[in-house]
Amino acid sequence: MKLTPNQSAKSNLTEFSVSELAVAIKNTLETGFSHVSLRGEVSGYRGPHASGHCYFAIKDNRAKIDAVIWRGVFGKLKIKPEEGMQVTAKGRVTTYPNSSKYQIIIETIEPAGLGALMALLEQRKKKLAGEGLFDESRKQLLPFLPRVVGIITSLTGAVLRDMMHGFNERCPTHVILWPVHVQGENSAAEVASAICGFNQMDGSKGLARPNVIIVARGGGSLEDLWSFNEECVVRAVAESKIPLISAVGHETDWTLIDLVADARAPTPTKAAEWAVPKFSDIAAQTENFAIRLKSTARRYITTAKINLRAAIRGLMRPQDLIALPQQRFDSVEQRLTKSVINAVQAHNIGFMKVINKLNTSTILARIQNMQTRLFLLQHRNKDVYLRIININRNALVTIATRISAEFICSRITQSNEYLVAVTTNLHRSFRQHITNKRTAIEQNNKLLVSLGYQSVLARGFAVVRSYGGQTIKTRHDITNDMFLQIEFYDGKIGARALHDTKSCEHTIRTSKLKKVQHDNKCNNDKINDEKESGQGSLF
Amino acid sequence: MTNLDSDYSEIQELSFEKALQELEMIVGRLERGDVELEDSIAIYERGEVLRKHCDSLLKQAEAKVEKLTIGKNGKPQGTEPLEL
Repeated sequence: MKLTPNQSAKSNLTEFSVSELAVAIKNTLETGFSHVSLRGEVSGYRGPHASGHCYFAIKDNRAKIDAVIWRGVFGKLKIKPEEGMQVTAKGRVTTYPNSSKYQIIIETIEPAGLGALMALLEQRKKKLAGEGLFDESRKQLLPFLPRVVGIITSLTGAVLRDMMHGFNERCPTHVILWPVHVQGENSAAEVASAICGFNQMDGSKGLARPNVIIVARGGGSLEDLWSFNEECVVRAVAESKIPLISAVGHETDWTLIDLVADARAPTPTKAAEWAVPKFSDIAAQTENFAIRLKSTARRYITTAKINLRAAIRGLMRPQDLIALPQQRFDSVEQRLTKSVINAVQAHNIGFMKVINKLNTSTILARIQNMQTRLFLLQHRNKDVYLRIININRNALVTIATRISAEFICSRITQSNEYLVAVTTNLHRSFRQHITNKRTAIEQNNKLLVSLGYQSVLARGFAVVRSYGGQTIKTRHDITNDMFLQIEFYDGKIGARALHDTKSCEHTIRTSKLKKVQHDNKCNNDKINDEKESGQGSLF
Repeated sequence: MTNLDSDYSEIQELSFEKALQELEMIVGRLERGDVELEDSIAIYERGEVLRKHCDSLLKQAEAKVEKLTIGKNGKPQGTEPLEL
């Protein structure tokens, strides 16, 4: 290990403290590489840190060196570094003594050559196209005759003047200029905010909202036009509700704004021409239409008049108007009369036919017919009744069969037996009764016989009665020659009273005796007869 | 006629291009003669209004160049005439 050629390995070796060596290296490095240009690929780029400084590395295929861009420098960069970008960075090398590291402090950085920038552009284009920002379907149509045109460009330079020339050539137009820087540090941001600003205008504050926007810039290098490749500008154009024409650079230059714009004009002058129509053309067109409008309207009326006249000529005279209907009416009228007569005739014939048919025989036939029907109906009624009776009879038979003959017979037998018993009882009791009664009668009779006047008569007494049957108890009741009735115990005789008792005494006595004998005999027979017949009648 | 008047007010909102297109269509229809007479009068009147609207739009077209004055907040404050 050799630090310096003159020092021996043993004794002359300078001894450093760590700090001394670190400082010595720092001094050596910073003096030796105070201004270098470094070419390599951006690696580990994550944009500026919160502090605004930017830390990443620059590498090639074999080595890697840490890099830093301070905030002040970063803001001024025309083209910001991007991951993987081939760059040429200029700056100075410095060490970081605490940790034995070194890094390059970048003062300027730019893509390494045109190819690198183009590669970046392609990459960005691909990304934005992937979002659909360049799609044809997003393109808006330019207004035919804008009342106000908004122009975003630099106040200086020939671009604005060229465009005004274009406008004046074609159509006097109200133009509002939004001045911006068209290159450099804040250019992209200014252009983007101008596009948004025009869109936010709503006619208030005396600021007329443009009907079309033109973003214009003269020709320049790729780096000069780089602002129009920035993403913020592309997005602002995509979001613009106002149709936008881009006219950046010459026809051969293209930037991303050209892809996203609704129309891309090859030059600013062309943009102006595209924005407005040629006044003389449209004025002539309008005038042409006005003339044609008037003439056609006049022609319309003329034609209408001619048609009307023709129509009037074509109109029929009133009498012609009614002639045809009149003719039809006449014809119909004629047919009507004829048809009425025909109809009456036809009816007459029909009537006669009917009359002919209408005679006694037909009526009789009808009556007979009806009688037959009546008979049939009656017959049917009788049948019906018979059927009903039959049904009822059947029902009756059914019921009758249910009445048991045996039951009735047994009832009769029972009743009979009962009757016989009762009758037997009756006979027996009746006979008993009769026997009792007869005994009583016989007893009474005996008593009666013993107590009766007949028994007195039997002892020889007689009862004298008047001829009328009145019992005579005294002689005073008897008048002379009075007819009397005398009852003896064996019968009655008639007699005649005599006042002279002696003269007649003999006569009377004889006759009386005879009489009594005879009567007794008869009475006995009679009583016997009566007794026999009375008993017989009872039994 | 009030109905037509309201139609006319709607015409005032038409862009030049729309107005011119409709005028052209009206002229075409009248020239072809495919309109009823009564309608033709209404259409003609509308055509006249369209023509006047186009004329007035053309007359409004005047060369005027203004420059926006931008405030510190980046928003436009107003305009001033710009001489080139």
